[in-house]
Amino acid sequence: MSENVDYSGFYARWYRPRVSRFWWLRRRSYLLFVLRELSSVFVAWFVVFLLLLVRAVSQGEREYQRFLDLSATPWMLALNVVALFFVVFHTITWFNLAPQAIVVRLRGRRVPGRWILILHYLAWAVLSAITAWVILG
Amino acid sequence: MTPSHDVLIVGGGGAGLRAAIAVVESDPQLSVAIVSKVYPMRSHTVSAEGGAAAVIRSGDSLEEHAHDTISGGDWLCDQDAVEAFVKEAPEELLRLEHWGCPWSREPDGHIAVRPFGGMKQMRTWFAADKTGFHLLHTLFQTSLQHERIVRYDEWFVTTLLVDDGRVCGVVAIELMSGRIEAITAKAVILASGGCGRVFPFTTNASIKTGDGMALAFRAGAPLKDMEFVQYHPTGLPFTGILITEAARAEGGWLVNRDGYRYLQDYDLGKPEPKPVLKSMELGPRDRLSQAFVKEAEKGRTVDSPYGQVVHLDLRHLGETVITTKLPMVRELCLDYENIDPVRELIPVRPVVHYMMGGVHTDIHGATPLSGLYAAGEVACVSINGANRLGSNSLPELFVFGARAGHAAADFAAGAVDPGPAVLAQARDERRRVERDLLRRDGGREPISAIREEMQETMEQGAGIYRSADSMTKAADKLRELQERFRSARIEDHSRTFNTELVAALELSFMLDVAESIVHSASRREESRGAHQRTDFPARDDKRFLAHSLIHRDADGSSRVEYPPVTITRWPPGERVYGR
Amino acid sequence: MADRIILQVTRYRPERDKTPTTQDYEIPLRKDWSVLDGLNHIKDHVDGTLSYRWSCRMGICGSCGMTVDGEPKLACATFLTDYAPGPLRVEPLSNFPVVRDLVVEIGDFMDKLSTVKPWIIREDEQPPADGEYLQTPTELEEYKQYSMCINCMLCYSACPVYGLDPDFLGPAAIALAQRYNLDSRDQGGHERLDVLSAAEGVWACTYVGECTRACPKDVDPAGAIQRYKVTAVNETLKSFLLPRGKR
Repeated sequence: MSENVDYSGFYARWYRPRVSRFWWLRRRSYLLFVLRELSSVFVAWFVVFLLLLVRAVSQGEREYQRFLDLSATPWMLALNVVALFFVVFHTITWFNLAPQAIVVRLRGRRVPGRWILILHYLAWAVLSAITAWVILG
Repeated sequence: MTPSHDVLIVGGGGAGLRAAIAVVESDPQLSVAIVSKVYPMRSHTVSAEGGAAAVIRSGDSLEEHAHDTISGGDWLCDQDAVEAFVKEAPEELLRLEHWGCPWSREPDGHIAVRPFGGMKQMRTWFAADKTGFHLLHTLFQTSLQHERIVRYDEWFVTTLLVDDGRVCGVVAIELMSGRIEAITAKAVILASGGCGRVFPFTTNASIKTGDGMALAFRAGAPLKDMEFVQYHPTGLPFTGILITEAARAEGGWLVNRDGYRYLQDYDLGKPEPKPVLKSMELGPRDRLSQAFVKEAEKGRTVDSPYGQVVHLDLRHLGETVITTKLPMVRELCLDYENIDPVRELIPVRPVVHYMMGGVHTDIHGATPLSGLYAAGEVACVSINGANRLGSNSLPELFVFGARAGHAAADFAAGAVDPGPAVLAQARDERRRVERDLLRRDGGREPISAIREEMQETMEQGAGIYRSADSMTKAADKLRELQERFRSARIEDHSRTFNTELVAALELSFMLDVAESIVHSASRREESRGAHQRTDFPARDDKRFLAHSLIHRDADGSSRVEYPPVTITRWPPGERVYGR
Repeated sequence: MADRIILQVTRYRPERDKTPTTQDYEIPLRKDWSVLDGLNHIKDHVDGTLSYRWSCRMGICGSCGMTVDGEPKLACATFLTDYAPGPLRVEPLSNFPVVRDLVVEIGDFMDKLSTVKPWIIREDEQPPADGEYLQTPTELEEYKQYSMCINCMLCYSACPVYGLDPDFLGPAAIALAQRYNLDSRDQGGHERLDVLSAAEGVWACTYVGECTRACPKDVDPAGAIQRYKVTAVNETLKSFLLPRGKR
């Protein structure tokens, strides 16, 4: 127990600097962090977009065609390109963090982080291949 | 309301924390507090690297540990204290293990031991090469569960309060606010560490300024064996940073400018490729440091921008051994010397490391002054005698920290509260600090100039080799520096975290301690252990098989007495290494 | 290389200053000098009123944490030549109240350390005289990294969450809790669960990762925190599925 007790009669004023509203601009790593967090919004957008696609498909040919036309408009295209960039950024940053959080021990030694990373990319590649085969094949 | 406790401990390192826990465990009614000028995890215990010795292997025995310690101490150790120490050390280290200390282990899970200087058997427990760091943090974290231990973190003790021959507490400055308060207590335990900063090249941190030694000395408690200052053979040249003896225990070699393992010329054995216990590089620290001086006199040491050095060669150990057993050594060399010990030679030289002497106590940690106890490097029991073996000082903290804690608790349980006279003393002390230091105007020299001159004086006058002439010059210079200190310049008049005031108070302590070292050294007319005299090169058991006990009298002068060393089972013999 | 460098050092004397100011000091630029050596030169030979904490000067005591050119660093382990030709800003550790010059108040951190119960908790204590609790080198490796923390608080200084929300338990405290949770001799994980899985515990962490980047001892507090998130979820699930089960 260590309480800093009263300072009456003695002059001690601690200075507490205020954290700037733009704290996230102070360092490159902070900026990348905030962008990473922001990327979740675009992940959410992709989910919504996917749900809209599913809904359009379930409502028949005409709705589906309307959906495709909407998707082809310039602003929707632009939005989805930006979203794609952010989702890839999201994936890569989170993959990079995974080895730190996932500690696997095999026969008494810790599996090196890069194997955890490789497994993540491998899983991504496999799932993407399966999805591509389902949609295109 | 003056804060008041039953037991007050000055210093929050290994000994102080262990003493606090001992008080708490021995008597649930007692109020115990630790006052420390730094947060406890900054205490210098944290820098210890190599290990802690205790008998644990089946082929080992308490007698052998005791004999190694006593011969290592050149027979100046009190053998009853050593016997108690070697007996209690294993349980103390096991207690630390139970509290969480991450001791390095054998593959089967038992505690591992390594060889160490001056020990005939492997008995040094270790936590990689950060043993002190792990012990201190384990102890500090364990102490947090005892909410009864009150802590005064960053309070600087300026004096002991003494009433009617009894120590009744301290006066301390709360660094954060600058207020100067009395903290009264029925018993005070000094656990404030050694005084390496009295010398210019030291492994010691900035906080090792001999505070507790000076406090006790000024209060009337005698200091013992102050002339025995240990130089550690392998410190880095500019910073003085310690390169642990463990580097030699793992097989490192000390070589001169010709790559020659010069220790073989100094009756320390024959060089073997693998380390041999109690031989060559695993000899005792005093002999290794003295060998360096002799090599330098012969012109066989290496020039460096920071004076003469020799080289510590670890290259033959290989990268695996170095990264598993000596990781911190590698980090320190890379950071502070830009050298990778896996591939290059490390420049090293002897640097002041440990103070065998200190506040005189009995084997329970009690000083002759009623109510005052001491444990750890600040104390001199003596188990280290004229030269301490590496890895004995960490268990010393716990064995004697616990003993002092129990003794102080017993005393406090039966003691009366301090009388009101101490409050008047406290007021006087507050006025002294404020008037003499805090409000000092003018002044000529900065504190640092006086301090540097003191350090230089000590290195020249009371270093590894001393003579009557060198010590007389040193004593005169120290007298002069005490005078000059009185008119030193203190520009910081702030109340808030005034580190210039702290530096001035520390310098004042250091000057007193330095004088006691030189006075004790000049009167010991023999060479023993770490006290080597060119004018008296032999050991003289007839006159000096005794401790130097230095008292300060009321008029400020000092006198030295010679109480005999306690011999129980091991009559004085020859110190034999390498044979 | 020039032989002088300018240090721009924060000064704050609460008796007279309302806010901190900066004072420039020109000092020698020696190749062996750390920032701490530079500050000691200033204090000893230029301006004795400069206050800062230091002790071991070898990066093990944790006293000398400061913000050097915007980054949290140990002054004794940061070298002037890396910043040549300068000037070099030396400021107090951010995210802590400034007491005086480069000295910050760390009481909040000290209090938080205690709340995670950083000691061995066991149901069956054995007397030390019976011998050590066995622990294999592999078991030691499990928690060893988290035991290396020197309490320098560079991680708190780097953490933007702690800067915005001082109630956050923080990287070092959580890493210390993990040091005990993962120690094979400890049986107290459930006692630390509440404080760690509180809103201000691991869940306040958004895995910025700056703490690990700043740590001079490779403790990897960010890793410790994320691993505990997994543990906390497992424990919570277990308590739902096996309410009276052995924890």
